[in-house]
Amino acid sequence: MKKNGNDKVIKAKVKREPLTETQLLMTITICIFVVMYVLAMIVFEGGFLHAQQIFDMLNDNASLIIVSCGLTIVMIGGGIDISVGAVTSLVVMSCVLYLNNGGNIFVAVLLALGIGLAFGLIQGALISYLEIQPFIVTLAGLFFARGFTTILSINPQKVAQPAFVKLLDFRFEIGWLGYTAKNGTKIPATMEIGVIVAFVCVAAIFVLLQFTRLGRNFYAIGGNQTSALMLGINVKMTRFLSYVISGLLSGISGFVLMLHTGAGNATNAAGMEMNAIASSIIGGTLLTGGVGNVIGTFFGGMTLNTIKKIVVASGLNDPWWQSITTGGMLCFFILLQSIVLGRRARKKQKN
Amino acid sequence: MKKKERKLFGNGLGQLAIPIIAICVLVIFNLIRDPSFFSIELLQNSDGNIVLSGNLISVINGASELAILAIGMTLVTAACGGQDISVGAAAAIAGSTFVKVLKSGGQITGFKVLLAFLLACLVAVIFASFNGTLVAVFKIQPMIATLILYTCGRSIAYWINGGATPTVESPILTAIGGFIPWIPVPTPILIVLVMAVIIKVFFRFTSIELFTQSVGINGSAARLNGLNSTFIKILSFMILGVCVAVSGCIGVSRLGLINHETLLLDIEMDAILAVAIGGNSLGGGRFKISGSIMGAYVIQMLTITLWAMKVPSTNVKAYKAIVIVLLVVAGSPVVKKWFEKTVSRFKNRKPEVAAKGAGES
Amino acid sequence: MQDECLLQMRNIEKRFPGVLALNGVDFTLRKGEIHALMGENGAGKSTLIKILTGVYRMDGGSISIEGSPINIHSPQDAQNKGISTVYQEITLCPNLSVAENMFIGREKGVWVDQKTNEKRADEILERLGIPARGAKQLGNCSLAVQQMVAIARAVDMKCKVLILDEPTSSLDDKEVKMLFDLMRDLKAKGVGIIFVTHFLEQVYEVSDRITVLRNGELVGEYLTEELPQVQLVAKMIGKDLDELNTLGEAGEDGKTRSEEVYYEAKGLSSSEALPFDFSIRKGEVNGFTGLLGSGRSESVRAIFGADKVNGGKVKIKGEPVKITRPIEAMKHGIGYLAEDRKRDGIIAELSVRENIILALQVMNGFFKPISRRESEAFADEYIKVLNIKTASRETPVGSLSGGNQQKVILARWLLTHPDYLILDEPTRGIDIGTKLEIQKLVLKLAEDGVSVTFISSEIEEMLRTCSRLIVMRDRHIVGELTGKDLNQSQVMKTIAGGEAS
Repeated sequence: MKKNGNDKVIKAKVKREPLTETQLLMTITICIFVVMYVLAMIVFEGGFLHAQQIFDMLNDNASLIIVSCGLTIVMIGGGIDISVGAVTSLVVMSCVLYLNNGGNIFVAVLLALGIGLAFGLIQGALISYLEIQPFIVTLAGLFFARGFTTILSINPQKVAQPAFVKLLDFRFEIGWLGYTAKNGTKIPATMEIGVIVAFVCVAAIFVLLQFTRLGRNFYAIGGNQTSALMLGINVKMTRFLSYVISGLLSGISGFVLMLHTGAGNATNAAGMEMNAIASSIIGGTLLTGGVGNVIGTFFGGMTLNTIKKIVVASGLNDPWWQSITTGGMLCFFILLQSIVLGRRARKKQKN
Repeated sequence: MKKKERKLFGNGLGQLAIPIIAICVLVIFNLIRDPSFFSIELLQNSDGNIVLSGNLISVINGASELAILAIGMTLVTAACGGQDISVGAAAAIAGSTFVKVLKSGGQITGFKVLLAFLLACLVAVIFASFNGTLVAVFKIQPMIATLILYTCGRSIAYWINGGATPTVESPILTAIGGFIPWIPVPTPILIVLVMAVIIKVFFRFTSIELFTQSVGINGSAARLNGLNSTFIKILSFMILGVCVAVSGCIGVSRLGLINHETLLLDIEMDAILAVAIGGNSLGGGRFKISGSIMGAYVIQMLTITLWAMKVPSTNVKAYKAIVIVLLVVAGSPVVKKWFEKTVSRFKNRKPEVAAKGAGES
Repeated sequence: MQDECLLQMRNIEKRFPGVLALNGVDFTLRKGEIHALMGENGAGKSTLIKILTGVYRMDGGSISIEGSPINIHSPQDAQNKGISTVYQEITLCPNLSVAENMFIGREKGVWVDQKTNEKRADEILERLGIPARGAKQLGNCSLAVQQMVAIARAVDMKCKVLILDEPTSSLDDKEVKMLFDLMRDLKAKGVGIIFVTHFLEQVYEVSDRITVLRNGELVGEYLTEELPQVQLVAKMIGKDLDELNTLGEAGEDGKTRSEEVYYEAKGLSSSEALPFDFSIRKGEVNGFTGLLGSGRSESVRAIFGADKVNGGKVKIKGEPVKITRPIEAMKHGIGYLAEDRKRDGIIAELSVRENIILALQVMNGFFKPISRRESEAFADEYIKVLNIKTASRETPVGSLSGGNQQKVILARWLLTHPDYLILDEPTRGIDIGTKLEIQKLVLKLAEDGVSVTFISSEIEEMLRTCSRLIVMRDRHIVGELTGKDLNQSQVMKTIAGGEAS
């Protein structure tokens, strides 16, 4: 803080700024994911050596990745949205019924977006303009969506419309990432349409959060709400929009899930909200707000799935192992983050 | 009239306004819809006992587990400023422990049930302490910390009983989950009463209320006044653990079996809702346990009313959601302020009085 | 009035439930002047500021800038109209970069260009001599730098009116000087600055004009050079300063007390404080002084066990004891009123009664609750003794004024009947009337045989109450003053040390 020689001080500092919390937590997650996957390749060989393993994980979890992105935005803004899984499920059921009654695919997409948007708008308005606790509002959203799904149909419904089935069975085939089976036939790696949608969502949200005014405002209101207000940010509107985007992504996720399963079922996407929260947390998003990134969330989701695949590959076939290891994994990450951030805070205080 | 209104929205009773109004509305609604909703009759049940029966009894009886959990949830909310979302899973663990002990060979005696219950308590408290430690020592947000147990709790329950869903049959269990011979009131109701009395006594003979609120409102100041906030937070979780064990055991006794997937399914959501409907801030601090207990009965009354209206049980959630939204909207600060302004404009004789009421709430 | 009027507030009125916070207040700011807004707590300064910044809506009156009447709807609106504010508490987002904090909420359009912003921020910071870089995360900067960034933001917004609401309370001397240079620089450029502070010397150092408020009403507007300091104080509190003088005499006989040493520490150190020796006699009032950050608060915190204690030998009444946690200190009869009332003192949502009994209850233990009736009696007693102004004993303490909150915390510690009371800045941010009451109380306690350590930023206050001053600099004790050495110039000299400054 010397006034003389200020220029020197500033120039000397050019070296490098310390990582922000967001970058730090994200880096940890990506590293652990890579290490874990490489270890799995060495230990279990088999499926892990094929690119298809990763594509399978993507195919199965495209919709989860999409809702996690939405949840990440909400969490960065300091809120929580636990309705995402239920809305996804409602969207699937609605679209399936609509298509089976002779609907048009294009309109079905609009229907999906519309339902998601409606949930986002209503929940966002209740939370930011009526100042009701987000947990309660989105819990009500969860109840409503789940309940309404069963009102629509209690029995599983399969899509029979030929045009949609074509879309459902469509796979991108990537030959060079495939492998040669024992009998000599080449089996290409396959990827569903949903994965592309998921990647587009991740990229779009990344750009939104990193490079737009709205995105930075999400960080600001999550970092310190009063400050954000004083800095001239429209806090209510920003928070409202975070829920709207989350709702919209739930709608997209519903359509993607339908592209994956091709059927509506009352238990669709059961527990997805908690998986999405877990993905966000492992990816380095803090529930306290202001810290997080969708790239981290993406790897968080992948980490969660890799551990499940590893459990299966280790031959722990009893049904409880998967969720117990998932819990353990979550515990590990949460503790790690707590310790890393705690040490950082203490170091900062010392300065 | 005016005086009453002020009090309703003031600091004291104001918190209970929402659950009281909700119960009143539900009662009036049912009175109009079908007064027989409130009829209570004495019937002979399959075990030959004379018992009370009727919708009202099933409301009070059915809400027992929820009411007990709401007690513990209120404390955790107050001390930690967050909620435990693992109570359902933890109850499954406690219930599995309960059944495991009961199934461990030999006759099921009263002593064995007590032992099983105590062990269930112990296990639940251990898991709760794990949650509490994450929250208090590692400073992790309660919802995140308990997400771990939420994720894997029901699997642990499954694992305790070796991947089976065993049934247990014993008159003692029927008595706990149903009726004690010669007492016409369902036993869970009595258990809630006992728990309420225990909590009341506990509050009377300890300073937990003051300490919990202090820690919840201003942890830093509490520490400098010599309070051990780590202890208080873990204690609140441990009390919740006992509540979890009690409700888990009631749940098991009702059915006579343990199903790790469905025992008290989604009850964590209802318990948090009960706390919120009871007028408690989910951000911690000041709390009223009576509010949360009333909140639990509001939720159950709503469910039973919908059942009585022949709404399929799977659809109940959707209607429940609408009522919840109406309730919380009515209780939201913005609406409250608007309402009070309108009221004060309506009877615009002494604006200061009304304005003061607004300031207090 | 030859200068050009920049901002005019006429007949401003603001009503809160039950109180008239501002009653027909006028305020005029001219171009290129530094205008100090003075008044006790509760005088209406912050309400006036909040109306000007759009946080509150006024109930009556008019505001005009450069002659044209305006309405201010929100903080953003105020900024757009050229009114910027820097608050005492940092109102920036610690998780964003310095550059983002300078530009967020101001830019138009969808996209944010971080690189350009960072470059611009660097230029502005360099020009203002603020040691920070745009790319750095704000949370990684020191509090003082964060404050400076807030000012840089306001400056860059080309504000016409800059409001500085207690900006100096977390800055050290050098930083204050830097800030004042900055203020004079802006003044020369025609910016009107409203300066709110509790430090009288600073007002005289930098301001051109003073407006005094009392009890929500305007007392008057004065040229700084025409208003002596004593008169300013008299206008602020509305009574004469005779009382201040009588205090000095009361302090005299407090200086020869019993020789019995109550508390003694050798080489005491904590995670925040370097090892130091310290002792206090029974019934003695002593003080720790030094600049902010000199380690005075950290040292007394170590005595109370508020931070992690690393080492040292402590004796109470000659008996060796171990104090590593606040509860242990309390059990040994030590009370500690913390520096930051909001953060470490009050439990805002709890009632006055609950706040008063808290420390005693903690000492009594978990299983011996104070009965409702007893606690009500305690609360009533101390509300009366300390003259706490509250609607009732069940009023949430957060709704009281600062001075009364401080009295509640004092009551909390007095109720434990401590043998040794540590008061860290008990008079900060409270009105002069209450300050006097607290000083009197300290002397009264000493007379009753209680040892008191008193810390205050205002050296005069300490000279009036303490019989011994321990002077700290750079986290070390550099001197101890008693008797004749207890005067302002000697204290200043010791604080400043051998440095020629």
